[in-house]
Amino acid sequence: MSLIKKQAVIIGGGPGGLAAAAELKKKGIDDLLILEREHWLGGILRQCIHDGFGLSRFGCSLSGPEYAGRFVEEVRRLGIPAETDTTVIGLDSHRTVIAVSRKGLARYQAEAVILAMGCRERTRGALAIPGERPSGVFTAGTAQAYMNLKNKSIGRRAVILGSGDIGMIMARRLTLEGVKVEAVFEIQPYASGLPRNIEQCLKDYGIPLYLSHTVTDIKGAGRLEAVEVSRVDQRLQPIPGTEKIYPCDTLILSVGLIPENELSRMAGIEMDPRTKGAVVDEFYQTSVPGIFAAGNVLHVHDLVDFVSLEAERLADSAADYLRGKRIPARIPVSAGGEIGYTVPQHITGTRDVTLSFRPRHPLRDSWVEIRQGERCLLRKKYPRLLPAVMENIALPVSRLISDSEIKVVTVNE
Amino acid sequence: MDRAYDVLIIGAGVIGCSAARELSRYCLSLCVLEKGPDICMETSNRNSAVLHAGYNNTPGSAMARFCVEGNRSFDRTAEELDIPYRRTGKLVVGFTEDDRKALGRLKEQGEKNGIQGMKLAGRDFIRQKAPLIRGEFALWSPTTAILNPFEFTFGMAENAAENGVEFFCGREVTGIRLEEDGIYTVTAGNGVFRSRWIVNCAGLGSDKIASMLGIDGYTLHPCRGEYFVLDKKLKDTLPLPVYPVPNYKTGGLGIHLTPTLEGNILVGPSTEYIRNRGDYATSRRIMELLIRDGSRIYPYLKRENLIRSFAGIRPKLSSKEEGGYHDFVIERRADIAPHAVNLVGIESPGLTSAVPIAREIVRLIEEAEELKPNPRFNPIRRRFPSFRDKSREEQEKMIRENPDYGEIICRCETITRAEVLHAIHGVLGAGTVTGVKYRCRAMMGRCQGGYCQTRITELLMKEKGISPEELIYERQGSYLFTGEVREK
Repeated sequence: MSLIKKQAVIIGGGPGGLAAAAELKKKGIDDLLILEREHWLGGILRQCIHDGFGLSRFGCSLSGPEYAGRFVEEVRRLGIPAETDTTVIGLDSHRTVIAVSRKGLARYQAEAVILAMGCRERTRGALAIPGERPSGVFTAGTAQAYMNLKNKSIGRRAVILGSGDIGMIMARRLTLEGVKVEAVFEIQPYASGLPRNIEQCLKDYGIPLYLSHTVTDIKGAGRLEAVEVSRVDQRLQPIPGTEKIYPCDTLILSVGLIPENELSRMAGIEMDPRTKGAVVDEFYQTSVPGIFAAGNVLHVHDLVDFVSLEAERLADSAADYLRGKRIPARIPVSAGGEIGYTVPQHITGTRDVTLSFRPRHPLRDSWVEIRQGERCLLRKKYPRLLPAVMENIALPVSRLISDSEIKVVTVNE
Repeated sequence: MDRAYDVLIIGAGVIGCSAARELSRYCLSLCVLEKGPDICMETSNRNSAVLHAGYNNTPGSAMARFCVEGNRSFDRTAEELDIPYRRTGKLVVGFTEDDRKALGRLKEQGEKNGIQGMKLAGRDFIRQKAPLIRGEFALWSPTTAILNPFEFTFGMAENAAENGVEFFCGREVTGIRLEEDGIYTVTAGNGVFRSRWIVNCAGLGSDKIASMLGIDGYTLHPCRGEYFVLDKKLKDTLPLPVYPVPNYKTGGLGIHLTPTLEGNILVGPSTEYIRNRGDYATSRRIMELLIRDGSRIYPYLKRENLIRSFAGIRPKLSSKEEGGYHDFVIERRADIAPHAVNLVGIESPGLTSAVPIAREIVRLIEEAEELKPNPRFNPIRRRFPSFRDKSREEQEKMIRENPDYGEIICRCETITRAEVLHAIHGVLGAGTVTGVKYRCRAMMGRCQGGYCQTRITELLMKEKGISPEELIYERQGSYLFTGEVREK
């Protein structure tokens, strides 16, 4: 197995990887390679046949395949090579990438590695939903793949657990195909998906959304026959006596996405337990020099547009890195108060940066402050903050007062 | 009417498959009837995956004898059948003076059963063997091993099939009649089978089969045990099985932790006597209990590391009120059914005892007639080579020789198309989705098939030539699809 040298190897040919590749090429980085495990480029967008993609990036509403298609075309036009049907099975801290395909094993030595592996869905097993083990329990993405890519009908009467965006989109999709969708149940007292999906996917079709409810039993020895749903208390524990049985043959789970970081761990990259992605600096560089991460592998995004935009910012700084520009990022950034996480987790303090964050739970009329020690560098009032909506706040370098830790916090007036 | 088999085995769990293999050493025509859509679907694939040493069983009992023998003779079976296992040894840990005394009694019992090398130890020894485990006292047994129970069962079944045993799945036995010519007629599924001998290896259904044979008086008490499976990233936190001091009265060995060969950790099982023998449901209450009890000896039990839960059911002859363990029933009732070998209540340590139990079945048949060795019997079976555990050089060679090895289907477990195709087309190949899973590990990882299930179902339908509506997930009636979204 010979060693092939590359300036940059991009792992993953979804929206993040494609955007990063195109941008790198435009910045004059020519020796690139995209590695994609599927037969087609485009990642998960290929199965997202609904519209609403591209409003931020392209200023118009596109379907998933159309959105991906724009990047695929650009990558082709720019002549960026992509190996499809190729799975990366090894990555180390020296940026050696091992990829496997029907042609054999390939070993690449990259100056920069771009992690763009995306995310996977949480499963029934991870949630430990009790009950029997019938067929008919699908994660929303698997159900979507069966319907939209494999042309398979997955049932006739469905219940949806979790108000994630894909779950709501599948509620609409199933309804359009004649499946009776009984309801969407969300354990939290607020929806986890975007407000626009509640309107367009549930309300428009008369599908009820029950907050503070969860599935507490699954019935059926062969195929799913019914689910038992209960109300939950403030600690999210089911309240005895509130059980209700919903007969159904299909249960769709839309209960969260987890960044797919097996390769990152293999390379010894430091992970953030809150984002479940890598710890990065403002250049999207991980703790391993020359390995960068952006998109859903870094932290789960609300919209694909933000994935592409983040990957393009990554590409700009990776191009600088490849030209020898190295600035250590010594200032830690962390979340406090009601803020769940921030990205990046380190900055250099040499230029303006944008900090992304999410609140732990919904907040109204809340002040967010960026602090260094006791000093408030910047504050902004948000009429509404939702865990489903990632916020970005610009921090001009001129505001910094030292090299000490920066905290993004909520403050109670 | 078809010709009669010499021996018909009811049940394709670990005992039925082991019996099939042992009997195929002789010149006999053999078949195995299984009620489920696949072999190895009940108790045999839902347990702690441990090859026990044999100190938990009453001296002089069949359980003690067969367990100790099964452990001792396993190396040879494993070599012949290419079954992966690891002699990790095992710790039973305690905290109190009473526990210490109980561990001493356990050691004595083990020594009476003929187990060597056990020792009582303290905290330092526990730290040395399993640094993250809590406990003040321990009983160490060096011969305990971990194995993959599916591989063990499939290995014996495949070897039996290669030696001429016929397997029929989806054949639930509903009637057995002894004809005047001394031949049994067995009604199963839509078919009728004839055989000179019947061996009852029906596990959870063995009391019913016994009645059909005219042997009354056995009632099984199904006792469910729930488990959960932890992510492989905790692999290094548990090098060997760790059990609490057992309280046999409960009907089990207590909630313990077992590493699997593939790097997951199993936590469980609970002991809950249930009415319905097919009720594999898990519950919130038991989950909490597993976390609470497991945390006493292993402090890393966090919900976020959970990838799956499952339940198994023990076919116990002792009721909840009696508690404890009733000895294995392995008998030939010359008075009632002289040409039947009747096995009832084969619960733990049934997996460990599977080969000696099968030899006992042979011995009981030999009491009644002479068996002629099969000169063509081949004891050797080889596993289909897996890609994930090979060196890069070997992997390159594998892909060169078979490009299907270059196509990764299951990302989490690194299972290739070659392995999935073999799971479908190999000896006793899979016809269901979970059949593929248990044969090659695809879909067993942390994403639980999120990435690969759509490809595996597509492959299964194509390779088996079945329609979407015909595809079965696991059990009877567990269809996945109601048709196609659009007509092509």
